[in-house]
Amino acid sequence: MKKTKLLSTILAMVLVAGMLAACGGTPETPSSTAPAETAPSAEPAEEPADDAAPADGAFSAALVTDVGGINDQSFNQSAWEGMQRLESDKGVKVSFLESKKDADYAPNLAKVTDDAPDIVWGIGFLMKDALAAAAESNPDQRYALVDDVFEDGQYPNAIGVQFQAEQSSFLVGYIAAHKTETNHVGFLLGMESPVMDRFKYGYEAGVRYGAKELGKEIQYDFALAESFSDTAKGKAMAQKMYTDGADVIFHAAGQTGSGAIEAAKEMNKMVIGVDLDQNFLAPDNVITSALKNVGNAVYDITGRIMDGEELGGTNVTMGLAEGGVGIAPSSDKHLSAELLAQVDELQQKIIDGEIVVPYTQEDFDAFVANL
Amino acid sequence: MLNNILLAINITLMYSAPLIFAALGGVITQRSGVDNIGIEGMMTIGAFVATAVGYFTGSPWLGFLIGGLAGAAMAVLHAVASIHLQGNQTISGVAINFIGLGLALFLSRLFFDGATQTQPVPKKLPKILSLLGMDTSNLTINAINIDITVPLAILLTVAMWFFLYKTKWGLRVLACGEHPAAADSLGVNIYVIRYVCCILSGLLAGFGGAAMTLAVVSNFSPTVISGHGFIALAAVIFGKWTPQGALRACLLFGFAQAMVVMLGGMEYIPSQLLAMLPYVLTMVVLVLFVGRSEAPKANGTPYRKGER
Repeated sequence: MKKTKLLSTILAMVLVAGMLAACGGTPETPSSTAPAETAPSAEPAEEPADDAAPADGAFSAALVTDVGGINDQSFNQSAWEGMQRLESDKGVKVSFLESKKDADYAPNLAKVTDDAPDIVWGIGFLMKDALAAAAESNPDQRYALVDDVFEDGQYPNAIGVQFQAEQSSFLVGYIAAHKTETNHVGFLLGMESPVMDRFKYGYEAGVRYGAKELGKEIQYDFALAESFSDTAKGKAMAQKMYTDGADVIFHAAGQTGSGAIEAAKEMNKMVIGVDLDQNFLAPDNVITSALKNVGNAVYDITGRIMDGEELGGTNVTMGLAEGGVGIAPSSDKHLSAELLAQVDELQQKIIDGEIVVPYTQEDFDAFVANL
Repeated sequence: MLNNILLAINITLMYSAPLIFAALGGVITQRSGVDNIGIEGMMTIGAFVATAVGYFTGSPWLGFLIGGLAGAAMAVLHAVASIHLQGNQTISGVAINFIGLGLALFLSRLFFDGATQTQPVPKKLPKILSLLGMDTSNLTINAINIDITVPLAILLTVAMWFFLYKTKWGLRVLACGEHPAAADSLGVNIYVIRYVCCILSGLLAGFGGAAMTLAVVSNFSPTVISGHGFIALAAVIFGKWTPQGALRACLLFGFAQAMVVMLGGMEYIPSQLLAMLPYVLTMVVLVLFVGRSEAPKANGTPYRKGER
């Protein structure tokens, strides 16, 4: 009997640990190089009176982090940097509240709502349900959620923000096609979901596009880790792909992907980072990274609201054009000026709509067929 | 093909090494009668301290050692609570798990500019063939190049087996976990043995965490230890509370993970099924080959002198 009890305790703990683990953020270095927009602020900056309702008329914005915390080198940190820029550029009264665990989201959102700021930012799709509930019960409060969308008009006071990660993934796929010497590239995916599909199809489309342009045949390996936290598994999967002959791997797998970077370091191969400039993890091996600039999104959208734009009930899409995604500034360490110029050209084509990067299976098939 | 087979073995060993350390810790403490659910927390703190020391001193071995000591320090808390104060060991262990992660993150923020992820260490624990100066750019050599932690873990298993079954002190530990009152009546100091074994388990768990962040990867992040401590505990039960059994269980688990990796990417096997493989395989082996496994009788029960 004792054994069963022990076993069940262990299993319960594994579940809890798994949940906690899954909530970990992806690392990010502060690398926001936002376009310095200087839209006139709707309200003049004034000395904030106190923490209560902004009776003094200054626009106020509050941020609730997910479990990563404000210094997570990832989305939260990037978002907070966006907030700080709002403060210095536009005199916005900013504040943040850190969530220590998933259960904190609802109380934290309620707590910041008590101060009735002009906008409440929730960072990360983990917060979607809590934020939706808060939006429903506080119809007068404006909310915005990073990295997930709501049904159009479902919550007239909530804004969903999504990133066109397929565009940055396309660019790094193109880079991979140029950099591979074995004509064999790999992709490591954390989990499958509509958001992650953007990385998957965008990258493969980029590889195919680059291969077509260079007139070569490139073998493409795909590995699915079913985890965002299992670093050892990521490393093993990358080792497998490298051993099979790939020499460039792009990962969209959070901490699992750190394992891929580790494998690249050990085997002296090339790897492409995600979400933030991951070059610091392996300066000789991370040739570029597909960035998601959460800070730019926070800055941009808050600014638009200050200018009187009513975005509630809609979803905002941040792509290359809006500075929401892009490639890492450290890319010039490993990529030739020539290749970077080609990437810039490609980027312009995407912004101009000349190339529409696919992010579903159907669109991808059509894209490849039209190459 | 050959490279792939070698790589599968390599991945098995890479995956198992941290688990083996932690599982050995579980064996020794439970054999002495102190349950330790807190292995996960001790691994986490060990993983962080090892990385931090490795990063700031540049010496992975010093990091490894101090990482182990950090785990041992956590185990002291558990030992005091469960042996000295005779508290509930499950609760203490759960608390250790929370403290371990919390403390690791807190310290990380303190030492790494508020970040919960550390910088990569400048030097990792060596791999054995690199140590011999062989060229690792060759794929075959790379596939047989294992971390130094692997032989270390196996060596420790042998040492613990020898200690438990071939030495007088080992016998006393076993007696302590089965019938402490009887051992006490023969003059064995139950408290000392349990303290030592419990702290040893923290040391080993700390090594396990350090093996993860100094050999498998090269930096600490909040999810680097996610469930490894619990898998190690399962391996203890699976291995019938013996060091060699725990080793086998860890290897089996590592092998299953390697299979997941090697079979991955094949179109005709759904990845969800593949992800289940380690757990299904574990259960199948448990049912078919392991048979009855019985915990040390006094495991988890605080010892009160003079009580029958």
